[in-house]
Amino acid sequence: MKILVPVKRVVDYNVKVRVKPDNSGVDIANVKMSMNPFCEIAIEEAVRLREKGAATEVVAVSAGVLQCQETLRNAMAIGADRAILIETDVELQPLAVAKLLKAIVDKEQPGLVILGKQAIDDDANQTGQMLAALLGWGQATFASKVEVNGNTATVTREVDGGLETISLKLPAIITTDLRLNEPRYATLPNIMKAKKKQLDNVKPAELGVDVTPRLTTLKVEEPPKRQGGVKVADVAALIDKLKNEAKVI
Amino acid sequence: MANLVIAEHDHGSLKSATLNVISAAVAIGGDVHVLVAGTNASAAAAAAAQVVGVSKVLLADGPAHARLLTENAAAQVVAVAAGYSHILAPATAYGKSVAPRVAALLDKAQISDIIKVVDADTFQRPIYAGNAYATVKSSDSIKVLTVRGTAFNAAANSGGSGAVESITVVNDSGLSSFVSAEITKSERPELTAAKIIVSGGRGLGSGDKYREVLTPLADKLNAAMGASRAAVDAGFVPNDYQVGQTGKIVAPDLYIAVGISGAIQHLAGMKDSKVIVAINKDPDAPIFSVADYGLVGDLFEVVPQLAAAL
Repeated sequence: MKILVPVKRVVDYNVKVRVKPDNSGVDIANVKMSMNPFCEIAIEEAVRLREKGAATEVVAVSAGVLQCQETLRNAMAIGADRAILIETDVELQPLAVAKLLKAIVDKEQPGLVILGKQAIDDDANQTGQMLAALLGWGQATFASKVEVNGNTATVTREVDGGLETISLKLPAIITTDLRLNEPRYATLPNIMKAKKKQLDNVKPAELGVDVTPRLTTLKVEEPPKRQGGVKVADVAALIDKLKNEAKVI
Repeated sequence: MANLVIAEHDHGSLKSATLNVISAAVAIGGDVHVLVAGTNASAAAAAAAQVVGVSKVLLADGPAHARLLTENAAAQVVAVAAGYSHILAPATAYGKSVAPRVAALLDKAQISDIIKVVDADTFQRPIYAGNAYATVKSSDSIKVLTVRGTAFNAAANSGGSGAVESITVVNDSGLSSFVSAEITKSERPELTAAKIIVSGGRGLGSGDKYREVLTPLADKLNAAMGASRAAVDAGFVPNDYQVGQTGKIVAPDLYIAVGISGAIQHLAGMKDSKVIVAINKDPDAPIFSVADYGLVGDLFEVVPQLAAAL
């Protein structure tokens, strides 16, 4: 079975982003870019499934600017066998990405697609579910445990209030939550090996997909700042403030 | 213009997040209808009909919805979607799974986690873990939205007079099936709906200490209990306790952060609380920069004192 893993290049999670003074967006010039952490977990899970013998090939795919090649090389350093870049300078929204990925799925015919549950830039949390819809496949979001047995995958999901386990008929879509696994570090030999792995390049037009955005961002602002308050001396002072000033107890 | 709210429920009653979504639908304007897709769910439908602002409840009552499987829920929404200008769901695990599937089936964009209705086409939503707010306008004929519950007041759950209409139930897709669930049983209020939350971080040192130190305080205040990601990753408490960007977003009247340093990802989940109290031994902890009342001290002394004095 082949596993397809879409990955996204995003502003590194350690970077504190700043809103541009003209409110047109956030300033991402000269900031460190990395693979979205949830996508890293997806790659790791796919590689583990191949190592366990549940899969034969792991294909990473990314959509975006040419520099996404670095993200794909990183995916191959973790263990993906080859990669595909859908290259475009157009701002891609989740529905467009899902349509691009559907075109790749139609070509590659994977038995399973594993994606991160959300990207830490737009925080949309949509692409996996949308891809499942377009393919007519089952979906398991927020996975914290995945087992593949023949034609089914058993997935434990993090839901409000606890955990839920469902069984999916393959092919299917899984999106990863934080605690599914801890991705390995790419070792230097594997980084070198990844440079020689196959990386194909396609354009949205070749896939016959219209990626025109449906949503327009009118402005991006700083959230209202919360002001720090006062330090209190002891428990008695704290209780006094909560009762008489804030009146919350 | 008419809005369809996808209800989150347990067949017998509505989940409180649904009430916040109904408020968002009322803010958009036009009729508000609620879809209850469940099994033996007439009680949940009746509850939805009582909510102020709801004019009609669509009840899809059948075996396909016994386990609230996403594929069947999305197909049910799509079956009734024609004629609605807006389709709204709570930004919960359930809503976040169903809404994008609905949007893609309708070939529409989805706008996630809205915190403000600007007008019928324009919404505000947080990006970059709440470090920026984007105002987004949709050009689609149907807007599919998920709603951050803490950003909208709950609609009154009695006094309404909606009509309940039964609709044809979709067939089971056969794509997924329920195996088991481990839902944390608790006498406490639900985290996202609680008026007071007592939350603990790595400073507590262990799961035993977390329970020993925080439970008496939470009991006194009838509070829900939460935790930072550090405390969850260290195994002190289960995942569903986690407050933060990748956990639950909360906004109670009072949030007491104990032994929590205040990482950005935690602050993203609780900074809209009305009053924040921080108890930490490190006077430079970032949590103090957002706390209304900070108490610098040893939590193992201060918290029991606080619980005893209440």
